[in-house]
Amino acid sequence: MNKTINGHDVDVDAEGYLTDMEQWNREIAQEIAKELDIDELTDKHWEVIDWLREQKSQGIELNIRKVGNSGVTDIKEFYQLFPGGPLKNASKIAGLNKPTSCL
Amino acid sequence: MEDTKQSQDHKREHDGHEMCHKCNQCKDCSSCRCDSNHEGAPLKKMMIVVSKANIDSVYAGFIMANGARSEGIKVDMFFTFFGLDAISKKRMEHLKVALAGNPGMHMPEVVGVFPGMESLATHMMMKRMDELDIPPVSEFLDIIKASGGSIYACKLAMEMFNLKKEDLYDDIDGVLTVGQFYERYHPGTQIIFI
Repeated sequence: MNKTINGHDVDVDAEGYLTDMEQWNREIAQEIAKELDIDELTDKHWEVIDWLREQKSQGIELNIRKVGNSGVTDIKEFYQLFPGGPLKNASKIAGLNKPTSCL
Repeated sequence: MEDTKQSQDHKREHDGHEMCHKCNQCKDCSSCRCDSNHEGAPLKKMMIVVSKANIDSVYAGFIMANGARSEGIKVDMFFTFFGLDAISKKRMEHLKVALAGNPGMHMPEVVGVFPGMESLATHMMMKRMDELDIPPVSEFLDIIKASGGSIYACKLAMEMFNLKKEDLYDDIDGVLTVGQFYERYHPGTQIIFI
């Protein structure tokens, strides 16, 4: 389905995850972050978002452990940056599909 | 599709209201309030009791705990009886797959009683788990802690096995009696015994 986020038309699934990561940009990220009650994306947020997108573009399936070993952040900080479900919420903001890993 | 659109419209109209996960109605607004006893009331907390020392039982607990935290659900893990091995410094990296009495291993029962077979089966399973990015026990405990989960040991089981707090994983949140464990229950909690 179609959704307009911050003036940009994008394709999303029923839960609002972008279905094409190429349609993403930083304004979209900011708007989705607000929907998830993250008022401001700090430099650290962006670092994590960029890292997630880079991994995904290499076809790597993401999980919490990989984020913890990324060198970009650790698990504790990851939970603080994206409260209430960090991998889910960070993926949504980063324009990626909903994570499918059990880890 | 129609349902989804309706619920999205509804969501917009009632922006900021807490929604019931099951029926997508607001919990508190008079026009569309979902039954407060709705079976879909959100899962808020998991209390996971690990009572066995075999790898499959311990990892079932870890994966459910980690999965809950990833969904924003609170987690208490409570290690009791042989499950204490999973948080015992000496034993946590030497957990084994149980072969005897385990039809899931797909091998004749008698194989399990030969020396070394359990270690071999365990080694093979750990290797496969590593390939799947499933962490070893101590790292899994670190992950549960870092993600905000709590780890408790059972007081009675520690007394039975003569274990002291210093024998256990350093970062446990405490040693509890069964009564203290139940005190940690809040509405929206599920208790799982493994």
